[in-house]
Amino acid sequence: MDLVATALPALGEALTLIFQPAQIGFLFLGVLLGLSVGIFPGLGGIAGLSLVLPFMFGMDPVSGLALMVGLIAVVPTSDTFASVLLGIPGSTASQATVLDGFPLAKKGEAARALSAAFISSLFGGLLGAVVLTFFILIARPLILAFGLPEMLMITLLGLSMVAILAGRIPLKGIVAAGLGLMVGTIGEAGAGGSLRMTTYDIPYLIDGFSLVIVGLGIFAIPEIVALLRQDRAISTTGGLGKGWLEGVRDWWVNIWLSVRSAIIGVVVGVIPGLGGSVVDWIAYGMTVQSSKDKSQFGKGDIRGVIGPESSNNAKEGGGLVPTLIFGIPGSGSMAVFLGGLALLGYDAGPHMVRYELDLTYTIVWSLALANVFGAGLCILLSGQIAKLTTIRFTLVAPFLFMVIAFAAFQSRQSLGDLASLMAIGMIGIFLRRFDWSRPAFLIGFVLSHQAENFANMANQIAGAKFRQSFGTGIEYIASPIVLAILALTIVSVVIGIRQSKNILGNGDTPTGTKRAPMIFLLCITGYLAVALVNALSIDMISDKIFPILVSGIALAGCVALIFRMKMTPESDPLFTDFERGGEDGAAPHGLWSTLSWFAFLLVLSSLLGFVLALGIFFLSFLRIRAGLTWLFTAFLTGSAIAFICFLGGVLGRDFPPGLLQSYFELPWPLT
Amino acid sequence: MKLMKSISRGLTVMLAGVAACALTSTAQAEVDFSGKTVEFVIPFSESGGSARWANFFAPLLSEALPGNPTVVVRYRPGAGSTKGANWFQRQKTDDGTLIFGSSGSTQFPYLLDDPRVKFDYNDWQVILASGVGGVTYLPPELGEKFDGDANDLKDIDFIWGSQGATRLDLVANLAWKMLGMNVQPVFGIAGRGDGRLMFERGEANIDYQTSPAYLKSVVPMVEAGRAVPMMTWGGLDDDGNIVRDPTFPDMPTFKEVCEATDGCETSGIAWEAWKAFFIAGFPAQKMVFLPKTASAEVRATYEQAFKDIIARPDFTKLSEATLGAYPQMTGKGAEKAKELATKVPAEAKAYVVNWLQEDYGVSLK
Repeated sequence: MDLVATALPALGEALTLIFQPAQIGFLFLGVLLGLSVGIFPGLGGIAGLSLVLPFMFGMDPVSGLALMVGLIAVVPTSDTFASVLLGIPGSTASQATVLDGFPLAKKGEAARALSAAFISSLFGGLLGAVVLTFFILIARPLILAFGLPEMLMITLLGLSMVAILAGRIPLKGIVAAGLGLMVGTIGEAGAGGSLRMTTYDIPYLIDGFSLVIVGLGIFAIPEIVALLRQDRAISTTGGLGKGWLEGVRDWWVNIWLSVRSAIIGVVVGVIPGLGGSVVDWIAYGMTVQSSKDKSQFGKGDIRGVIGPESSNNAKEGGGLVPTLIFGIPGSGSMAVFLGGLALLGYDAGPHMVRYELDLTYTIVWSLALANVFGAGLCILLSGQIAKLTTIRFTLVAPFLFMVIAFAAFQSRQSLGDLASLMAIGMIGIFLRRFDWSRPAFLIGFVLSHQAENFANMANQIAGAKFRQSFGTGIEYIASPIVLAILALTIVSVVIGIRQSKNILGNGDTPTGTKRAPMIFLLCITGYLAVALVNALSIDMISDKIFPILVSGIALAGCVALIFRMKMTPESDPLFTDFERGGEDGAAPHGLWSTLSWFAFLLVLSSLLGFVLALGIFFLSFLRIRAGLTWLFTAFLTGSAIAFICFLGGVLGRDFPPGLLQSYFELPWPLT
Repeated sequence: MKLMKSISRGLTVMLAGVAACALTSTAQAEVDFSGKTVEFVIPFSESGGSARWANFFAPLLSEALPGNPTVVVRYRPGAGSTKGANWFQRQKTDDGTLIFGSSGSTQFPYLLDDPRVKFDYNDWQVILASGVGGVTYLPPELGEKFDGDANDLKDIDFIWGSQGATRLDLVANLAWKMLGMNVQPVFGIAGRGDGRLMFERGEANIDYQTSPAYLKSVVPMVEAGRAVPMMTWGGLDDDGNIVRDPTFPDMPTFKEVCEATDGCETSGIAWEAWKAFFIAGFPAQKMVFLPKTASAEVRATYEQAFKDIIARPDFTKLSEATLGAYPQMTGKGAEKAKELATKVPAEAKAYVVNWLQEDYGVSLK
């Protein structure tokens, strides 16, 4: 056991390095910062890390590492609050948690869902740390076995989750995923730099849409608007239901699910180049596929929370493996982490793992301890924070609008961020209204870039290998790993297609006339057709083949759907329109009038700048829509503005400026 | 502790903003940054090499500037860094509270007349230029065929992972082409680290890394017999001549290899083009600028501050880990570097634009 003989002494030394009052203090500080950053939807680990980066230079390495790792480790813990309580993905790592976590909160079981999520996070995080301990010494050949064909296959495995998340009408799920893939291709192509669905006159679109904005637009905006129309608390019962002990028990009952999901998280995290944004979807898909009773998924099944939450913290431990061994970041926050490491005077790579093993292992300990601190604190707080679901939502909504607009603006610091948040939000609202699978859309979007790039690059290299000899080529594209993942993908698709009807929707859905669903379908068809024509006009094969293929398939799906719509009667679930009944149809407030409040904030921001706009928006919203007294209105407005100024000041971030600011120089925060 | 520091920093930023507004009318003759906040803007995200570089200099700059202002790094990424550069072009800050860091990725679109470029380097005042080098390496079995010239490498099918035809990798693609090597770039990787990983996995059979990355990640491979260095891009002496890279004095430069290789010439249009883009991409890769409006006093203050930083006895030690052992140029040296990095003869530019179109089908319109 050479491995253990190397690892154990270093682990011991690392433990003495980390268990110093100062180091533990920094770790705890990192945890606190990570929890606070993670709690705001849309602000992920990158925002938190860049907050501490300026202090890294000249810091004691162990303290610096403890601070950074503490911060990274707990972001996927506390982002669960937004996902479960508000139905807004707190960060890209908890998108799948929304699917079952939020329905649980609506049922009044927020505390149970949260504690199950946190205990799963804790477990996943610890498993990730254990794997990191030993894997880091032997992972090199394993990671090198994952070439481009293997990564392409993992990406396809991720895409195959669309099958299980497609919803009531599988064809609609496929079109939704195709649309997501196509939205992901907007901008400069990765390979040749050709522009797709944009021109140099619209510089914003050249970089494409950022995941934060698409995530917020697809999930947050439709949910906030839908809740706001009800004018009541999120929890329909008004209470919190079962307590947090129940959640811990749920986790224990499903311990194997948690183990499996955590392993998925570690494995996907370990493979460099994939990024962590699919981990939770794969874990969710696998959770559903492997469960006997699938009837409750999408409506508040606790297993739908345990699965993704076990995986997303485990992913951080896995992600550190390639980051430390090769110095290649697996995600945006890992890249910032490497930058911080360099400022501490260390360079990740084989050298560090071999000769600085004790320091490397302080990362492991920090990771483990941070997960314990983080989950512990979250469990302690969950009872209090869950009370949010019992407050009248009309009072919460303006704060959420404020935070997501601020978060969206951080992605490119351009008014285009706010405009695209609104545009994607509209798509999200319609996808929700007409019962198109939003997870399918999001999976398509997330994987679009990778699917195209890996396919292009693997294809080119395979070509070169085949030119060498046929055997070399086959060996390259049909390695055992590729074949194994391929088999897994096929199984996943087969199970998915067979089961998808049961998930994310059964029972009767309201339908209205054919007209509205048909118009929406025609809009999608129109967009796909335009995108196809646009792709055909590109010269470079490498930049056109993927959008042509995807839009072709999605268009075929659209045509089939149009025919089905012609043939079937209005009462068919194909024509689901949530405005025609159920909760939305009976809502006291209209969809458009509610949405226009958000639009009002964004338009006002583009005219007066964000902070002034917030003032006017809060005053008018709370006074007119919420009907509060002037005193209370003024109080809430003041605290909102003070809060956002504090957040912007501490994070060192700008606020969106408006037209006014281009004419007048105003002092911060009005700039 | 740290949190309190952050909070108080946030408050300072707020107060400084208010104070700065109230004080703009008062005297400005003496450059003193007490209580001010200097924004060090880079047109990249938090995760790149430029962020590392800027965060390295920020605290040092804070110590070196009179009055010890808070120096914060701000990120304005987008459109391959042209968005941030366009933004900087519009700024009129004259009191030295705004500096801008550009990199080769900003210089290349400028040199190639990218339609997104709405900025002009001639308007900016350079106060620091940081250089870097690059090393090409091969797998051992191909390394055996290299003996100082590339004549025996001409009939091999090379493949490598590249970030894009118009990126920094242009220097490598052009150099290999001039040597008559048949190298097929696989475009679309996210960073040079991914290119190295493709090499390690055996998917690519040629690669280059910037010097810090080479030292850190390729040298262990060379020691383990998994890679063989081929050549460096070279370094630049004070007169603008290409000489051996100071970090790798034992490796031949591309110039030497080119001279030894049949059909490769170190004069003429192709060479001029390569040299211009090499200088923009490597010896003058990262530069710090003040806006055009900044006064002479401010400029002098900054030049002195950077001189002081570089003269620190511990600077070499500090910078080695983050930046590599490369010259940091100020004053006249920085001017010269900027000049070489941003001015390319028209024919050389036309040659590159034409080559990109012909070999890779890339058009910049």
